[in-house]
Amino acid sequence: MRLNKTATAAVAGLIMLPLAACGSTTATTGSGSAKSGATLTYWASNQGTSLDNDKQVLSPELAKFTKQTGIKVNLEVVPWADLLNRVLAATTSGKGPDVVNIGNTWSSSVQATGAFLPFDDATLTAIGGKSRFLAGSMSATGVAGQPPAAVPIYSMAYGLYYNKKQFKAAGISSPPKTWDDFVIDAKKLTTPSHWALSLEAGSKTENIHTAFTLSQQQGGSFFDSSGKATFNTPQNVAALKQYVDFMQTDKIVNPSDAQYSNGTEALKDFATGTTSMVFWQAAQASLKQLGMSPDDIGVAPVPLPAKLPAGGRPVTSMVAGINLGIFKNTKSKDAAIAFVKFMTSTPEQEVLNKTYGSLPSVTDAYSDPAFQTPNVLVIKDVLSNSAAPMPQASGESQFEKLVGAAMSSLFADAATGKPVTNGQIAGALAAAQQQVTN
Amino acid sequence: MPHHGAGEELVVDTIKTKVDSVRAPVSADARVVSGQAPVKPARPRKRRRQWLPYVLLIPAVVMELMIHIIPMLIGVMMSFFKMTQLYLGNWRQAPFAHLDNYRLAMDINQPAGKALLHSFVVTIAFTVLVLVFSWSLGLFAAVLTQRPFRGRGIVRTLLLIPFALPIFASVITWNFMAQRDTGVINHVLVNQLHLTQGNPFWLIGGNSFITITLVVIWRTWPFAFLMMSAGMQSIPADVYEAAVLDGAGIVTQLRRVTLPLLAPVNRVLVLVLFLWTFNDFTTPYTLFGDTTPAQADLISIHIYQNSFGTWNFGTGSAMSVLLLLFLMVVTGFYLVLVNRRTDSA
Amino acid sequence: MHEPNWFRWTRRVGLFLLMVFTLIPIYVMVSSAVKPLQDVQGVFTWWPSHFTLAPFRDMWTTIPLARYFINSLVVATASSLASVLIALLAAYSISRYRFRGRQTFTVVVLSTQMFPGILFLLPLFVMFVNIGNATGINLYGSRLGLILTFLTFTLPFAIWMLIGYIDSIPRELDEAALVDGNGPLGALFRVVVPAAIPGIVAVAIYAFMTAWGEVLFASVMTDDTTRTLAVGLRGYATQNNVYWNQIMAASLTVSVPIVIGFLLLQRFMVAGMTAGSVK
Repeated sequence: MRLNKTATAAVAGLIMLPLAACGSTTATTGSGSAKSGATLTYWASNQGTSLDNDKQVLSPELAKFTKQTGIKVNLEVVPWADLLNRVLAATTSGKGPDVVNIGNTWSSSVQATGAFLPFDDATLTAIGGKSRFLAGSMSATGVAGQPPAAVPIYSMAYGLYYNKKQFKAAGISSPPKTWDDFVIDAKKLTTPSHWALSLEAGSKTENIHTAFTLSQQQGGSFFDSSGKATFNTPQNVAALKQYVDFMQTDKIVNPSDAQYSNGTEALKDFATGTTSMVFWQAAQASLKQLGMSPDDIGVAPVPLPAKLPAGGRPVTSMVAGINLGIFKNTKSKDAAIAFVKFMTSTPEQEVLNKTYGSLPSVTDAYSDPAFQTPNVLVIKDVLSNSAAPMPQASGESQFEKLVGAAMSSLFADAATGKPVTNGQIAGALAAAQQQVTN
Repeated sequence: MPHHGAGEELVVDTIKTKVDSVRAPVSADARVVSGQAPVKPARPRKRRRQWLPYVLLIPAVVMELMIHIIPMLIGVMMSFFKMTQLYLGNWRQAPFAHLDNYRLAMDINQPAGKALLHSFVVTIAFTVLVLVFSWSLGLFAAVLTQRPFRGRGIVRTLLLIPFALPIFASVITWNFMAQRDTGVINHVLVNQLHLTQGNPFWLIGGNSFITITLVVIWRTWPFAFLMMSAGMQSIPADVYEAAVLDGAGIVTQLRRVTLPLLAPVNRVLVLVLFLWTFNDFTTPYTLFGDTTPAQADLISIHIYQNSFGTWNFGTGSAMSVLLLLFLMVVTGFYLVLVNRRTDSA
Repeated sequence: MHEPNWFRWTRRVGLFLLMVFTLIPIYVMVSSAVKPLQDVQGVFTWWPSHFTLAPFRDMWTTIPLARYFINSLVVATASSLASVLIALLAAYSISRYRFRGRQTFTVVVLSTQMFPGILFLLPLFVMFVNIGNATGINLYGSRLGLILTFLTFTLPFAIWMLIGYIDSIPRELDEAALVDGNGPLGALFRVVVPAAIPGIVAVAIYAFMTAWGEVLFASVMTDDTTRTLAVGLRGYATQNNVYWNQIMAASLTVSVPIVIGFLLLQRFMVAGMTAGSVK
């Protein structure tokens, strides 16, 4: 086929057209003072038991906001599977919501795209000041030294949820504090018809959260101080191996769990008594919804090694939580800031966190007795004392996807009877590391 | 036998093949005449009408440019830039990456290149298996239903259902069937037929390759069946009668009459099946969701996860371009092969 | 015609096995759609513990199924009609006229069949966004954008098929219409189109089915209000429970019209694809 000259020229000309028409997304600075009567678009994350449930929880609060300020809010609740992609798509296209929930671990990646409004000192003052927030949660808002890309609204940490009734029946008097005790107890609880632990082993997010914690305990880290990926290290390999061994060596996890990828199945197994333990964030509310009797719900910090290896840190959880951010392109900057102020106000913090079973991210909300029950205090203690923020590097979201996927794959191997060795884990981590571009 | 010179005309006409009236000497050795509808010599049209064909083409040309040609060229361009999440907001500032993206994709000693090669091999194996089985089953069923029998209409209709079902509906159903603890496959294999013990996994691990191949064969063979049935319908009965008179049994008829006369249909069918199967994205995406096992890592979903998954659009585009080049080479070879065989027929 | 016994038996057994292979998943779909939730959460049973139509009722509320249905319907119908119209004009031009660029166009169009969809995904995304920003016509996340995108898949095949089909319509018909005083377009619409109905129907069906089931572009180019069924059905699996019975019920509901339509009209599709031989 020979395109004649005219055709070639025509095609070339037509290519130039869209390139000329498009430009970089320009940041529109917020329009002045007219904020009352504005309408905000808000993408909320799925914190409740279903998208509908979130709508029911949030709508009355948003109505309160409209009553106070005259600003209307269009709510869309986005499932977790879609949220990161939607946020990044909005970043590319310049078309997105005004305010959005993000997983706090995404803060650095989102910060690097430059699409979010930085919370500089002026903005932080406008919402009530930086000192109101929990220090731990504030550390997970972007790269250290730069203004936060988003502010925390719900704070959470992982705990070891255990079934008190089943523990008692097995003769275990208290939840395990060390990994050795954990495995011993788990083996006691595992019978031919019952598994001790359920893992959401097909879920990228759950996998890397646990991997991170175990890696911290081993003294490892996934990024160095300059933000470069350091996945393939002996400490990280040891951490992942320990995790996969629960299924392949200790045999306290049902191999079928390698298929669990929704973010709901492992918890459901625990709630129905199919398993006795699960590592989860802020599960109290969901467990009640799933029908578990509150008396049976026990929570303790995730175990630590009996003796920390050299460089190991006593970390039992990553700093989990949801941050609220403002898109730079928003046409109603003042309205958006007012919304953030509303969501981080003490009354709202109390109401929303009570409903969702998470912890407030502002210190003055803790006086509410709802946040003083034993189970909540365990989590609060973890959050304040033994939680570390996930790496705040711009490659973080890639880390979640790549290493998370690698771990799901390793679990699949373990489940189908293929032994997972240190060498394989190292190879998988190396492959993931190579694909991080930042 | 009308013989066109090598070149565009033959290529075009081969692609445009349809089963036409056969003009073949009646013998057991029926030869194929790859004919087209006789092309009437173009009537000399009045000069002033000559703008009309161009005008009629305009909508198609505009659409093709807008949705195929230009995006493809942009895609090719993107493969030369480092388009990562950092530059998505202002992609004009993405740094020029020379051939880095291609090097990354093709360096089989490094993990990314190795993974791409692995995905490629898996896809080839998958496509060949699907092609062979779909075509064979399609031919088998077409031959069996060639002659009328009671209930033929119903059988034909039922057998077409998998192809008629929207892909996501059928794949979701297969996903449900392949569930380890609640699916029918394991229920039959383990609980009812006792063929194996301990529920095997069908959606993760090595078996996932078998599962996806089976699902796509299930969906694709009815299409081959449909096409070949239709092709067979237009083979005149007298050709078969003549073959029978010459003493040909059913199998011989198949070999000497049916297959040769189906050649034009098959030429297109095989190519189309190859391309559709090789590029299949919907099936692995719906069957495995976000966590595609390495053993069933088909190339289109591999590229998707390495571009949209990690927001490395530069490498994703490079991989897509490589895929395109491969398909062009294969298609080119195929057409040359097919034309040579028609020439020598 | 004489049929040996072994052939008869091969036919019976062969077709029976193929039917079983074909229909088991259909049976699973249908039977699961009338099962209560516990049935689909435990070991598989061939027969429901008790029949219930609740899944057909609940499926409308678990996810906004009606909205997805309408979106799919609108998008598939529109892209089907657009494909037919554009392809018809182009095919008539190619078939009836000889002009410079004719071969080029045909070969280019047909070769686009082999392009992997993933190659277009991001460029189209970026293009739509920029067109939207520049002209205010919102393409990304809109139904219009999705319709245009689907033409990517349907147009080449449609053009190819219609060229073949129109080729097989004798030119005498055109001539007769022209002699009667119609212009070429009149000839097209008054004479050629009616004669080409099987081909046109085939193209329309193909385009509709393709658009209905497309997942790659639909997952990227839609937001919650414009999402199509193909992508939306995955929403059943993200709640606390995976509602398999509702998934099966929904799959069944959205498939039945397509399947019935296809089966009724498939002879047109076949006729369209093997045009020219039946005399």
